[in-house]
Amino acid sequence: MIRFEPRPERNRLLRVAAPIGAAAAALVLAAIPLAFAGAPVLRAYALMFSGAFGSVFALTETLTRATPLILTGLAAVVAFRAKLWNIGLEGQLYAGALAAVAVGSGAIMAPAGVMVPLVLIAGFAAGALLMLGPALLKLKFGADEVVTTLLLNFVVILFVQMMLEGPLQDPMSMGWPQSAPVVDEAVLPPLVERMRLHSGLLVGLVAAAVVHVLFRHTVWGYEMRAVGENASAARYAGIPVSGTLVRVALISGGLAGLAGVGEVAGLKGYLTADLSPGFGYAGIVVAMLAALSPLGAVLAAVFVAAVFVGADSMSRAIGVSSYLADLVVALSLLCVLVGGFVTRYRIRRVTRHHATAGRERA
Amino acid sequence: MTHGTAAEPAAGEAVLSLRGITKRFGSLVANEAVDLDVRRGEVVALLGENGAGKTTLMNILFGHYVADEGDVLVAGEGGDLQELDAGSPRAALAAGIGMVHQHFTLAENLSGFENIILGTQGLLDLSVSRRGARRKLEALMREAGLDVALDRQVSRLSVGEKQRIEILKALYRDARILVMDEPTAVLTPQEVERLFETLRRLTSGGLSVIFIAHKLSEVLAIADRIVVLRGGRKVGETARSVADRRLIAEMMVGRHVPTTRREPGRRGGVLLELRDVSSGEPSDRGALTEVSLAVAAGEIIGIAGVSGNGQSRLSALVAGLARPRGGVLRLFGSEVSHHDPRRFAAAGVARIPEDRHHDGIIGGMTVAENVVVEEIRAKDYSRWGFLRKKAIRSRAEAAIRGYDVRCQGPDAPARQLSGGNMQKLILARVLDRAPRLVLANQPTRGLDVGAQSEVHRRLLEARARGAGVLLISEDLDELLSLSDRVAVMHGGRLSEAIETERVGRTTLGLMMAGHGREEAA
Repeated sequence: MIRFEPRPERNRLLRVAAPIGAAAAALVLAAIPLAFAGAPVLRAYALMFSGAFGSVFALTETLTRATPLILTGLAAVVAFRAKLWNIGLEGQLYAGALAAVAVGSGAIMAPAGVMVPLVLIAGFAAGALLMLGPALLKLKFGADEVVTTLLLNFVVILFVQMMLEGPLQDPMSMGWPQSAPVVDEAVLPPLVERMRLHSGLLVGLVAAAVVHVLFRHTVWGYEMRAVGENASAARYAGIPVSGTLVRVALISGGLAGLAGVGEVAGLKGYLTADLSPGFGYAGIVVAMLAALSPLGAVLAAVFVAAVFVGADSMSRAIGVSSYLADLVVALSLLCVLVGGFVTRYRIRRVTRHHATAGRERA
Repeated sequence: MTHGTAAEPAAGEAVLSLRGITKRFGSLVANEAVDLDVRRGEVVALLGENGAGKTTLMNILFGHYVADEGDVLVAGEGGDLQELDAGSPRAALAAGIGMVHQHFTLAENLSGFENIILGTQGLLDLSVSRRGARRKLEALMREAGLDVALDRQVSRLSVGEKQRIEILKALYRDARILVMDEPTAVLTPQEVERLFETLRRLTSGGLSVIFIAHKLSEVLAIADRIVVLRGGRKVGETARSVADRRLIAEMMVGRHVPTTRREPGRRGGVLLELRDVSSGEPSDRGALTEVSLAVAAGEIIGIAGVSGNGQSRLSALVAGLARPRGGVLRLFGSEVSHHDPRRFAAAGVARIPEDRHHDGIIGGMTVAENVVVEEIRAKDYSRWGFLRKKAIRSRAEAAIRGYDVRCQGPDAPARQLSGGNMQKLILARVLDRAPRLVLANQPTRGLDVGAQSEVHRRLLEARARGAGVLLISEDLDELLSLSDRVAVMHGGRLSEAIETERVGRTTLGLMMAGHGREEAA
């Protein structure tokens, strides 16, 4: 018989080990369908690993993929810490991307030193503004932000399509629904020569550090955590709960908006309606894998990106479907949830002669 | 396992026996060689301070924990004691052990009836056994004299009604031993009386009750036997008939308990004044109607009343959380224009909330972060928006020392603290700044004797320092021993404050029930 007992206190080492163990467990579990499909399991994983980290090209591809995930992951971390359930990261990402092309594809001309900050600020502001609505609806009328933010995703993407077939359509695109390219001055410069990796990664890393400092060392972060942990006690103590939630909404939406800027101004160069393969939703997974730690979100984003990039490459080499990546990521999330349980509960085996077993444990 | 069959043990026979129970958590010994016997039809009070090991012992009985040493024996069908499968809540339930937790475990969105039968029925047999369940329940309610609106949604029931649902839930599962964890902590005096009546009826029908408590007076009213735990060990056991109040109190805390004595004080200028204040929608229960009140420096004003008569609203007004709809609220001599908790706190109002878990402590944050929560924007604890962690830490260390908050340190999560220590933390948060006005709303609810006397000492200390204290409480003993004057709240109206020496318990009781003072006197 197996029994669960709550741990009197949570073990620090376990809290670090649990997500790593979870990732490992997910790979082991994913090996089962892999084996059923008749693929050589170890070779497949070896190919995945080398596909993600095995060369400069692989590594830069993984980091390129990780860049938007870091930012949407951070956006989810900020919101979820304050228990504001922002499911609208995908929409905010597109809003940021839209703002980046609106500002950066010729409407304003300035040197790169001005243009790059300008597109970043525009993208942040667009994402932030998009999240402001659901936050105010929640505060004024108690509207459930899960519903409002989720539905706004579809509104925004349709709006983007409308813009791409209308005012923002590139006249040179021969009728394709895509925006005019971002001007050279507004492009986020590449980090490695002849590779796709761009300085959006630096934006993500700086953002992670800023969010880390925000939560650890600032009054704002303190108030956000207080509101998330116990809004009622925070209100009693005089913390402005509504103001704090608005702040959380703006920062969270803004970070997701930055992810959109990176994809447009760093990677693609122009906006299309299929800019993001679900980076907004994956950001939620990243945040949960990271146990809502801002620095953890960087690692989790790299992990998720590596799984996807590695699986693509493996799939090309031995013909196993790259859907394996979705499977590994989904299993990781499940394992992390189980891991969270393990850090809170002690698992013990109980025999009929429980008293002796108990004594040995103690 | 129906009630009262011949196979059950006769009255007086042991139905439960815990033998030599020891439980350790790492280096902490929660229970050490505890023996406990419960006989049929008996109420055994398990008395002890927070952290004495009461809850751990009951969790072992219930199979939530496995004891490191010792055995749990429960009377079987034939009346002989049999070892209970350790670590199995299911086995405990099957053996007829039922528990009513302090924090109820009811699904708020279901009816009482649905809560009771939840988990007792298979998925597929819906209608037929529902009718049977209904019949069984109604019989139980008649038998026990429990009266509850079974079909009302639980979220709309009062606390006392929720508790009755919990008791019915246990009885419905054929509980023969009912464990009640601090059942009176959330009840009004009237509801407590009603609970005791129910328990008396049930025990005369053969139910055995383990009553976990730390309020001595209530234990003396209901228990047949009193077992005292301290530091995980059983330190005393006595029949109620020969119980000595003082002795038991000392057994519980292991030291002499100082009795709170109020020295005559010097009344100063008026600090808080409410003139004809109304607040809240008039149709709401708990709204205030034309309340007038003055609290002066150096005095304690007690507010008596059954909960739900407007105390929460009054407390919210004085805490800065609510604003008056009509009338005047003056604080420290000037009319309040900004009803903002942070401003109130900064102006010198110490606010002790009614529900420390809900409104007082932020469980997921550290002890240190909880100490400074009201002052986090003050220059002492942050600068340019950045926290001054060293200052926060040293304030927390001083608070832990000065108020004897038992915890692992300033960085421990506040959630780990016991109820008494949470309250000490709140006292440290609000009283350490030499406030001019103290709002204490149910400051000792759910606390053990030791922590209670500590809270009382601190309130008297504030008064001696010249602060005014507004004490809202349902504990008449507390009000009468601390207050200079007492006012009674009923139906949103507040009586005139009467000098404590000139008011008796019966008068207060009648006024709490809504009689005018002249009638009551």
